[in-house]
Amino acid sequence: MNWKRAIIAGAVGIPVIALLRFGLTRDPRAIASPLPGRAAPAFDLAVFASGNGANAPSPDQRVRLNDLRGNIVVVNFWASWCLPCRDEHASLSEVASRYAGQPVRFVGVLYNDVTANALRWIDEMGGQTYPALLDPGTRTAIDFGVYGVPETFFIGRDGTVASKFVGPIPASVLQQRIDSLLAVAVP
Amino acid sequence: MTRLLGYDALAVALAVALFGVLAAAFAARRGEAALGALVRGSVFTLFGLTSAAVLAMVYALVSHDFSISYVAQVGSRSTPLFFTIISLWGALEGSILFWAWVLSLWAALVVWRNREVPGRLIPYTGIALLGVSAFFLILLVGPANPFGLVTPVPSDGPGPNPLLQNHVLMAVHPPLLYLGYVGMSVPFAFAIAALVAGEAGNDTWLRLTRRWTLLAWGFLSAAIIAGMWWSYEVLGWGGYWAWDPVENASFLPWLTATAFLHSVMVQERRGMLRLWNVNLIVSTYALTILGTFLTRSGVLSSVHAFTTGTIGYYFLAFIAVVLIVSLVLVAGHSEELRGQGRLDAPIARETVFLLNNLFLTAFMFTVLLGTLFPLVAEAVRGVKVSVGEPFYNRMTLPLCAALLFLMGVGPALPWRRSDLAQARAKLMMPGIVALVVAVLSAILLTRNAYAVAAFAFATFAIVCNVREYWLGAAARRRAHGEAPATALVNLIAANRRRYGGYLAHIGVVAVALGVAASSAFRKEHDATLKRGEKMSVAGFELQLDSLWGREEPQRAVIGATMRVMRDGREVGRLTPRMNFYRTQDQPVPTPAVRSRPWGDLYLNLMAFEPNGSSATIRAITEPLVPWIWIGGGIICLGALVALSGPARKRVAVRETSDPEREPPSSLPLPELEPARTA
Repeated sequence: MNWKRAIIAGAVGIPVIALLRFGLTRDPRAIASPLPGRAAPAFDLAVFASGNGANAPSPDQRVRLNDLRGNIVVVNFWASWCLPCRDEHASLSEVASRYAGQPVRFVGVLYNDVTANALRWIDEMGGQTYPALLDPGTRTAIDFGVYGVPETFFIGRDGTVASKFVGPIPASVLQQRIDSLLAVAVP
Repeated sequence: MTRLLGYDALAVALAVALFGVLAAAFAARRGEAALGALVRGSVFTLFGLTSAAVLAMVYALVSHDFSISYVAQVGSRSTPLFFTIISLWGALEGSILFWAWVLSLWAALVVWRNREVPGRLIPYTGIALLGVSAFFLILLVGPANPFGLVTPVPSDGPGPNPLLQNHVLMAVHPPLLYLGYVGMSVPFAFAIAALVAGEAGNDTWLRLTRRWTLLAWGFLSAAIIAGMWWSYEVLGWGGYWAWDPVENASFLPWLTATAFLHSVMVQERRGMLRLWNVNLIVSTYALTILGTFLTRSGVLSSVHAFTTGTIGYYFLAFIAVVLIVSLVLVAGHSEELRGQGRLDAPIARETVFLLNNLFLTAFMFTVLLGTLFPLVAEAVRGVKVSVGEPFYNRMTLPLCAALLFLMGVGPALPWRRSDLAQARAKLMMPGIVALVVAVLSAILLTRNAYAVAAFAFATFAIVCNVREYWLGAAARRRAHGEAPATALVNLIAANRRRYGGYLAHIGVVAVALGVAASSAFRKEHDATLKRGEKMSVAGFELQLDSLWGREEPQRAVIGATMRVMRDGREVGRLTPRMNFYRTQDQPVPTPAVRSRPWGDLYLNLMAFEPNGSSATIRAITEPLVPWIWIGGGIICLGALVALSGPARKRVAVRETSDPEREPPSSLPLPELEPARTA
C-alpha cells in the first residue's frame, strides 16, 4: 500500500463531494411560481367545514377573496389522501388561532378529494381552526398554479401574492411570513 | 401486524449485515472455512429477511393497509391490482426497499455460485456487499422507512403517480434497471475485495467478475431501451430520449461498463490495463450511486425525481465513503496493478480497444459534464442554467460516429499485430459499401450531414460484423462440410463470447440506425378535426371517426377513434386517448402507435371539445423507430449468447485450443522471440 498516492487520490474526491453537498442546499423546483408580486387570482368558493375558529363562517356561506381585502390571507391547498398535509395541520390550526384577533385569515382549499373523506379527516385530526373550502374542478388550484399538495400561499393586505411555500409548512415559517406582512403599512 | 413484520425484518436484516461485517474480522483469524461459512450464512439470512420485507409490503399494498405510510402514499382502492403490486417501486421508500432486496439477491447469487472458489476473495466480496446492504438498510429503518405508522388510518390513498400506472412497461423497466444498476455492485465488491485481500495483482478476480458485469450490463441495456420505449408509449411527444438527468444517470454507468467489457479482454489476453480496468469498475459503481443521489435527493429536477426528505445527506455520506475508500485503495495498490504487457504494433485489435475506451470515457465525461453543469454553474456563479439537447447532440454525435467506425474495425483486425496492407484488405469492402450508402442517402434521402454520416458508419459497422459471421461459417462449411445454418450455429456455439459480442454490435447498430432515421426524418402535423374531417400526413389520410368517453374506477378516459387510410382505402384504426386521474389535474396521454418495421405512425390526442364535436390530433411519422426496440432485443440476445458460454475452467482449455487465439502474453512466446531479436 502506497500511502502517499492513496492520500493524494483520496483528496481528489473532496471537491466532488463538496459540489454535491452544495447541491443539497438548493431546490431545483424553487423557481416554479410566477405569482409572487402579482394580484392573487380571485376566488369565490363554498365552505364545507366552517372550522371552530374565531371568524368561522356558517357552513352554507361562501368565501370570496375580494371580501377579505385588507387582511393577510393564508391559502393552504390540501387533501385527505396527502400524507405531508397531516404534518402541517397542527401548525396551521395553531398559528391560525394565535392570530385570531388580527387582520389575518386562513383558508384551506380542498384539492382533488371527496368531501366525505375530507370531513372525516378534519374530524380525525382533531378539528381545524379555519374554514375549509371546496374547489370544484380544481379551478382555483389551477389559477394558483398548484403543482401538488400541500402548497401554501401568502397574500398581503393589498391583495397581491407575497410568497408561496411548497410542502408541509412549519409553524415558525408561518409565523415569520405573517409577521413580516403585518409589518407592511396598510395601503 | 404486516407493518411490524416488515419493519422488524428490515431491522434484523440491518443487524445481520452489520454483524456479518464485524464478525468477519474475528472469523478471519480462524481460517478461511470459518470466514466463508460466516459470510455465506449472513448473506443468505439477509436475502431471506429482505424477501420477507418485500413480501410484507406487497401484501400491505394488495390488502390496502393504509396504516402503513408507503401504502397511504401510493395506494388507492380504485387502482387496478396489477398497478397496485408494481407500485412497490413507484415512490422513494418502496424503490429503496426493492433496491435492498435486489442487492441481497445479487449477493446471495454471488456467494452461492462461487462457494467452491478457495481463498479470501469471495468472503471479502460478500463482506463488501453486506456493507453496501447495510447502508440501504439504514435508509430503510431510518429516513426512508416504508413501514411508518399512519394514524388515524386514512380511508383511501391517492394511488400511484398516473405516469406510473398508465403502461405495462412500468412492470418491466424499473426491475430491469434495478437488476442492472444494483448488479454493478457485484464487480465493485469484487474489486474492493481483491484490493483488500491483496489479490488484485492476479487476474482471478477479474475472470470471476467479467460474467457478473456482463449480466448486469445486459440488464442495464435492456432497462435503458425499455425506458426509452416507455417514454415513447406514454409521454405522448413521440420521442424516447431527452437527456433528462435520470436518463443520463442510467446511461453513464452503461458507458463505463461497456468500456470495461472491451478493455477486460485486453487484460485477459495481454496482461495490460489492470489499473484502468479497476478504475472502470469503481467508476461504474460510483456513477450508479451518483445517479441515484442526483435524482433521488432533489438536487436536479427531473421527471423521475421523487419527493424527498433528509435522505440526500445519507446518500452524500455514502458517496463520500465509496469514493474515498475506492480512490485510496486503488491508488494505494496502483503499483501492484501495473500491466505486464505492452503494445506490439500500432495496428492491432488492442489499439482499437484502447480507442474505444478513450471514446467511451470521453462520452461519459461529456454526459456527466452536461448533467452536472447546472450544479457547477450555480455553485461558481450563482446562476441557474440548463443544458439541453443541442449540447448533447453536438458533443456526442461525433463520438457515436467514431464508436460505430471502431465497432467495424475491431472485429476485422487480429490481436497483437497487423499492418496497413492487411487492414486495408479487410476494411476495403465495408468501406466501399459504406461510401455507396453515404452517396445514395445524400442524393435520395437527406442533406443532413449527421444523418448521412450515421448511415454510412452504421453500414460500415454492420457489414464488418455480419461478415465475421459469414467468413466464420464459410470456413466451417469448407472444413467440416456443414450446411449453412448448422455451420452458423456451430460457429456461435464454439465461441459464444466472441459471436455474442458481435451480435451485441449488430444490436447497437440497429439502435443507432433507428435513432438516426427517426430523428432525421420525423414529420409532425397538428390538426383540429370535426367529426368526419380528414388530415393527411406522410401518405396517410386520417379521419376523425368518433370521440368518446369512458369512466373507470381510477380515471376517466377520453378517446378519439381515427380511421387510418392510404390511397382512399382504410388500413386500420387508431384510438389515441387522454386519461384523467382522480388525484391529478394534468391529464396523462395514451398515444396510439401503428408500428411497422419501416416506421411508425404515432397519434396523440392533444385537446378536444367537451361536447364531442372536435378533437386536436398530433400525427407524427418516424421511420425505423421499431429498430430501436428490436436492436435492444438483439443486444440482450448477444449478452445471453456470450453468457451461455462454457464455465470458466473449460474456457481456459478452449482458449489455448482455439487456433485463432494466441496465448496470453504472460507465457513465454518462443516462436516469436527469435523473430524479434533477429
